[in-house]
Amino acid sequence: MKARVHIMLKNGVLDPQGEAVRHALGTLGFDGVNGVRQGKVIELDLAEGTTEASVKDMCEKLLANTVIESYTIELT
Amino acid sequence: MKAAVIVFPGSNCDRDLAEGFRQAGFEVSMVWHKDTDLPKGMDVIGIPGGFSFGDYLRCGAIAAQSPICRAVVDYAHKGGHVLGFCNGFQVLCETGLLPGVLMRNAGLKFVCRQQTLRVETADSPFTNAYSKGNEIMVPIAHHDGNFSADADLLSRLRGEDRVAFSYVGNPNGSTGDIAGILSENRRVLGMMPHPERASEPAHGGTDGQGVFKSLTEVLALA
Repeated sequence: MKARVHIMLKNGVLDPQGEAVRHALGTLGFDGVNGVRQGKVIELDLAEGTTEASVKDMCEKLLANTVIESYTIELT
Repeated sequence: MKAAVIVFPGSNCDRDLAEGFRQAGFEVSMVWHKDTDLPKGMDVIGIPGGFSFGDYLRCGAIAAQSPICRAVVDYAHKGGHVLGFCNGFQVLCETGLLPGVLMRNAGLKFVCRQQTLRVETADSPFTNAYSKGNEIMVPIAHHDGNFSADADLLSRLRGEDRVAFSYVGNPNGSTGDIAGILSENRRVLGMMPHPERASEPAHGGTDGQGVFKSLTEVLALA
């Protein structure tokens, strides 16, 4: 089984990289991009039967820094 | 007086930090990240700068989960002295020993230069050799040194006199110009600048020596 973890900066946390991407899109002529937030996706290849609670524990302990990041888990 | 310096794969200021301690009179042990115990009788633990584990995932995140860091956290919880410079500060934030997060520099660029710092408190085992308000010149070299704290944390750090150093001319967007902070018990210091790179005349300046000297004064009294 696989899990996909999406990690994003929480709302209100400034994202200088997203802001740089937004600026670059504007320079390329893409109008109307009001904001860009950059996050990451982590794919986990897991032993059958691994619980969502266990993946949540992984997020809390290592994958995300919950001071500034939020995460969502997708089991597939 | 005894100091231990933790070495991770990717640490590159470990020997500089050890030299900083030695100049101040410490006997230094280098401790590998896979060790599970600290040597006995340490007076201070140093977490060096560098790029532990290639800065993968988040700066300091993987180092913070290494076996030796569990021992460092226990040591700190028992009231031991711990300091972390640059990547060491990032590691200490990731372990939870210090609050806040170091994010990408606001200007997105790696910043490497001499930086003026203001000593914000002399009331700590790492800053008592300075006076509050002293301005010192210490190198900085980082890409993720933007200390981020929400309004609550900022007012708590200031209210409890836990800002150790601030930048004179903010190089990275840090909240409140903060360059270094102390733990609640004041025995853990994390800072992005590198005092160990300004600790002997050959470095071009010795303004960083005070951090090590401060410790020797506190330990001599203990």
